[in-house]
This record gives sequence, C-alpha cells and structure tokens, in this order.
Amino acid sequence: MTISTTATRPPATSPLASVDALIAGLGSVGYIASRRIATALYMAVNLQKPILVEGSAGVGKTELALSTAKLLNLPLIRMQCYEGLDESKALYEWKYGKQLLYTQILKDRMGETLADAATMDAAMDRLHGMGDLFFSEPFLEPRPLMKALKEDGGCVLLIDEIDKSDEAFEAFLLEVLSAYQVSIPELGVVVAKTPPFVFLTSNNVRDLGDALKRRCLHLHIPLPEPALEERIVATRVPDIEATLTKQLVAFVQTLRTLDLRKAPSISETVDWARALILLHADSLDPAMVRDTLNVILKFEQDIQAVEPQIVELLARR
Amino acid sequence: MQHTLEEFIRALRAADVRVSPAEAIDAARAITVTGYGDRELFKDALCVSLAKSPDEVERFDATFETFFARDALAMPPPDDGGRPDDSADDTPQSDAAAEGSALAQMLLAGDAAGLAQAMEQAAQRAGVAEIRLSTQRSRMTRRLLDEMGLAEIEQIIAAARRQAEGRALAERLDARRKALVAEAQAYVERQHSLYAAGSARSLREEMLAKKALNADGGIDPVDLAMMQALVKRMAKRLADRYSRRRHIANKGHLDVRKTLRKSMAHGGVPFEIEWKIKKIDKPSIVAICDVSKSVAAAAQFLLTFLYSLNEVVERLDAFAFSGRMISVNEILDENGVEGAILKVLQTIGFQQTDYGRALQDFSEQYLDRLDRHTTVIILGDGRSNFAEPRLDLMKQIHDRSRAVIWLNPEPESYWSQGDSVMHRYERFCHVAKPCNTLAQLERIVEDVLRTYVPH
Repeated sequence: MTISTTATRPPATSPLASVDALIAGLGSVGYIASRRIATALYMAVNLQKPILVEGSAGVGKTELALSTAKLLNLPLIRMQCYEGLDESKALYEWKYGKQLLYTQILKDRMGETLADAATMDAAMDRLHGMGDLFFSEPFLEPRPLMKALKEDGGCVLLIDEIDKSDEAFEAFLLEVLSAYQVSIPELGVVVAKTPPFVFLTSNNVRDLGDALKRRCLHLHIPLPEPALEERIVATRVPDIEATLTKQLVAFVQTLRTLDLRKAPSISETVDWARALILLHADSLDPAMVRDTLNVILKFEQDIQAVEPQIVELLARR
Repeated sequence: MQHTLEEFIRALRAADVRVSPAEAIDAARAITVTGYGDRELFKDALCVSLAKSPDEVERFDATFETFFARDALAMPPPDDGGRPDDSADDTPQSDAAAEGSALAQMLLAGDAAGLAQAMEQAAQRAGVAEIRLSTQRSRMTRRLLDEMGLAEIEQIIAAARRQAEGRALAERLDARRKALVAEAQAYVERQHSLYAAGSARSLREEMLAKKALNADGGIDPVDLAMMQALVKRMAKRLADRYSRRRHIANKGHLDVRKTLRKSMAHGGVPFEIEWKIKKIDKPSIVAICDVSKSVAAAAQFLLTFLYSLNEVVERLDAFAFSGRMISVNEILDENGVEGAILKVLQTIGFQQTDYGRALQDFSEQYLDRLDRHTTVIILGDGRSNFAEPRLDLMKQIHDRSRAVIWLNPEPESYWSQGDSVMHRYERFCHVAKPCNTLAQLERIVEDVLRTYVPH
C-alpha cells in the first residue's frame, strides 16, 4: 500500500468540478444541499480533509454522507461510535483462534525442522530464519477504519456520532484523519492508496477536542428555511401535492418556534409527509394533525403541550 | 492578498474564533482553490476551514461582513463638468494649485475607488489595525489622515483662500476634506470593532475573575451570565478529565502474550487463557454546600459551581444545608440554573447555620454514599454560630472517603475568627483552600482536584 501524494483534480464533467455541479449532482441523488454544504464538500475534495458535520438530530448529517457515496459511486463504510468503542472494534483485531492453532502447528513442525541441527547455535539460526507469521496480515481481522484505508479505489467513510465515543478514541483517530494511515505496533504503518472521503458527524453531546476539530473542515447544518424544506419534502416524497407540502412545512416551522424538548427536524417532516400520503390526506385539518402528531413530536410532554393549540397553530400561518 | 488574509485571521482571533496556524494554512490553500471571484464561495470556503463550532460560524459571519465591508466612499460627485462656462477661466489656475497633490486630485475628481485604495494603504502604514482601546480612536484617525496626506490638502486650501479667485476651489476642497475625515473616522471605527471589541470583553472577564464574589452586593447582575459561563467552562473541564477513564471497563480480550507464556508449562497447549483486564475505577463526588445567612453573598457563586458540577459529573450527590441538610440533586436536575439556585435558597437558604446538626443529618442519612472512591467537596465558611461542631462526625467522613476538600469563601486570615471553626475542621480535610474568586476556583479545579479527585 502506498500513498498517492498528488491530488488529481477531477475532470470538468465530474460532479466534483465546481460547487454548482455538486449541488446539481447531490440533487440528482435526492439530496437538496444548501450552498454552504456544497462548498464544504467541494473544499473537502480539493483539500483532502475530513468534514465534521454538526447539527441537531435529523437534519440530514448522515444522509449527506450516504448521498455523497451514491453520487460518486463509491462504497460506503460506516462506523457507528458509542461509549467504550476502542481500536479493536474500529481498526483491527487479531484472529485469536487461528493464532492459537498456528502455535500448535508451529510446535509440531518445529521439532521436525530443528531435529537435525547439529548445535544449539545452528538450531537458533534456523529458528530465526523461519518467517514469523504470528503477527501478520493473514491473522488480521480488518474493522471499518482499516477497511476504508484498504479500499484501493477510494470510499466514503462515515464516522457517525463521534461525540459518543470517548476522548482516547478521538485521539486515536487523529492519525487516521490527518495522514490517512494507521500504525499497527506489530506490523508497521498502513497507508491508504486512495484517501477516503471522511465524514464525521456530531450531535454535540460532548465538546470535541481542538486537535480533532483542527484536522477537519467544519460544517454546521441548521434547520432549513421554509423554501428549502419544501423542496426537500417534494424531492423525498414525490407523490405529495404542492399545497399540502406548503401547509405541513408551515406547520412544522411554527412548531419549531415553540419551546419544545425536541423540535421536529427535516427527517420528521419527511416522515410526516409520508404518513399523510398513506392516509390519503390532501390538506391539513386539526383532526388529522392530532392523529399524526406522534410522527413529528417524540416526547409525551411535547405532544401534550401542542395538542390543545393545534387549531390555533394551523390558523397562525 | 496574503496580508489581507493575515489581517482577517487576526480579526477573527480578536472575535474569539480560535484559529491555529495550521488552520490559517488551510484557509490559504482553500483560497487558492476557490479564487477571489465569487464572494459567497470565498466566504463559505473560509468559513468551513476556519470556524469550528456553530458559535464560531456566527462570529465568523459577523467579522467577515465587517472586515470586507467596502462600501464606496461617500464623496460629493465631481462638479467640474457641471460648472458654468464663465468660471472656466479660473479652472486651470485653481486646479493647478491642486496639481501637486495626488490626494487633492482624487478628491476633486470624486474618485471614490482611488480614495478607498489610498485609505487602505495609508491604514497599513499607520498601523490602524493595531488599535486596542476605544480611546485610541481619534489619534488613529489623525494618523490615518496624515498618512493619506491631509496636511497637503490643508496647505492647498489655505493657499487658495488667500487668493480671491481661489475661494471656490478652497470651498470645494474643504467640503471634500470633511467628507474624507468622516470616512476615515468610520474606517477606524470599523477597525476598532474588529480588533479591539474582543479584547475589551476578555479584559472584563479577567476583572470578573479577580473580583471577590462575596463582596458587598454580590455579583453584578450584568456579570452574572458571564460568571455562569465561566463556571460552566471550569466544571466542564473537570468533567472532561472524568470522562476519560470512566467508560473503560473489563473487556473480554485475549492477552496473547500472557496466554502463550502460561502455555509453556503445558508443552505449548493453551490450557489457561489469560484475558486483558483493566481496573475499573468508579469515582464519585459528594458535594455539600452551605447556603446559610453568613455565606449569603457567596451562596450564589457556590451554588452556580454546584449546579455546573451536577450537569457535567455523572455520579454526583449534591447536598445543601443551613440548619438541616437536604439532598438537592432533584432540584438541580429539574430546573435551569437560576431557577435551581432560587429554589434551593427558598427551601433551606438563609437560616441559622448549624454545622454540627448538618453533619449529623448527613451521617444519619447519607453516610453510605461515602466509600474509598468518593471525594467530598464542602463549600462553606465553617461558621457554626458557636454550636457544637461535631468534629467526630467530620472525622468519620474523613476516614470513609478518599479525599475531603473544603473550599471556603473567606480569606484564610478570617479563619477561626469569631464563630469560625474552620481551623478545627481543617484537620480533617485533605485540602482546605480559600475560594472566593473565579480565578481561585479555576486554580483549584486545575491543581487540587487533579491531585485529589480520582480519575
């Protein structure tokens, strides 16, 4: 494995040629990107840096990585972070069972090989001459990070919810993210032939370290403007009528101004649109909203707070 | 342009956006990709490489707009063409008077772009970007104008005034000079808001950090939010240290080396499997806060710290007392910071202190919370109203816990004066420190807790 030091500029026709081409490209795979999102992606491609995507749950952080993989036609390797995630689950693991079997075979073979050595020194020389396979690639079980580095054609690596992992793991990621390589004590350094596109997502459960932030481009995806959200709903739920889209986006936007424990985000809006289509609704009425409120609000307190005001909220827009 | 980028990054730093040299290099690389043609693209490219949190994005946007605000200078339009022909005879002469000065030429021609450029260059020479204090504004404006060559203009005006036929020129030039001065003032004002506003805030934070928090009148309501932010930052730092080892548990990992070594005894057959085992250390904090009358002024500060600690430390038991002691975990969990402080104070605040009674309450109800992993933090002044201090209970707490840390809002010289029994309690504390300013608290969080709070 070698590193490609020269970043080849994409040809003019590829979706990576310019920011506008990226917006169009992402649109064609069903992701409506704002200009800032597309610029971040464009810079990530050109500077070969990972993107750290922040934003509240359901604004399309993970979706951005999925859509990018689809757009570039690259395999997506996903690593979900959680408390206690460590390198043996993220990077590699030794195949212990096989290693133990190997020592058994080695022991049997060793007797045969060394039997005819004249002196102790000769036996030792012969022993050193044998290849040491114990810690070698055949016994290596690659985990997501290693897999991403080994994809020779490049890939999209999604490190989801990095804020859930602990600090030690964050520090361990630094080498992977800045040099696209990892050190395995027993083997040496593994370097990616083609650096993967790396997306890290964070819900801001914990402040990430400066070292990690410094290595990434930062992208914060806010909740969308009404016009953008309408376009997203229209793209994601093609069967929906324009008037219903307008109504439900307006209603969701009003909900976001209330003091809720969890304001509905884009994914909730899209889910709701799908639910309404299933129920053959062509416009919002209070009864319908009341019945489907649990699609957009995820806390009982929120539902109880909103329920009495539905009629008023519907009339407000 | 290199210089402009550097200046911009300096402005960002002044606005509290932390930009490291590596990030500055990234920004420069980003610009080589995007170029300067498209303002939006340029801005977004800089934004993704420099701003690293939603807050910083906001500050970045504001700084970008101020920094790259280059409105055309408001200059009166050139009136040479509009003038009636009868004055044509004096034009060559009066313009000749202005000929020696490029600035005068530009002013008379109303060349806004040229003037703006000249102002930029003069500003660089005058070091306007070095502005730090609001009091420097007028001096900076003067220096900027001097660099631009205002003195020449004034000479030309004076010279023109002396001649009867030069009056008109003098008037025109004077009007433009005034416009130019106004522009220069606006320019310096912008630079001030870019570079100096941030340092004023950090100065204010510094002052606040040194202010005694039990001073008369307590904390200024204006500073309250800032104090809460500072305290929260400290508590978060403390918690970050916690989270490091909290989650590492016993893992079912084979320790190959140890297993092989053990197997030697059985002729290489791995009979005994060795696992990698890491010790689990479950640290916990018990925080006890005095909210009685004698610490009234500092209570708010102590409670703010307690509240922040509760937010960031998972295994925290919080108690508050004046006469009796109660657990305040629920109150802290369920309310916002101000609400929680108010509620705690309403429930048991501002009564007669009785340390003995409070310690008795603690040891009767909550003594089982203490074990060798527990650190006890007591926030209080140790003034017990001459009641029995119950040192035996204090000793018990000391013996059962890993560390006892006492943070006293009074300076050390007041300890054991009057009804304070601080020195008697001190014997049963691993650390007892005065803590009545944010700066002291910060040092304690950094030094003392690092040593005594187990990771």
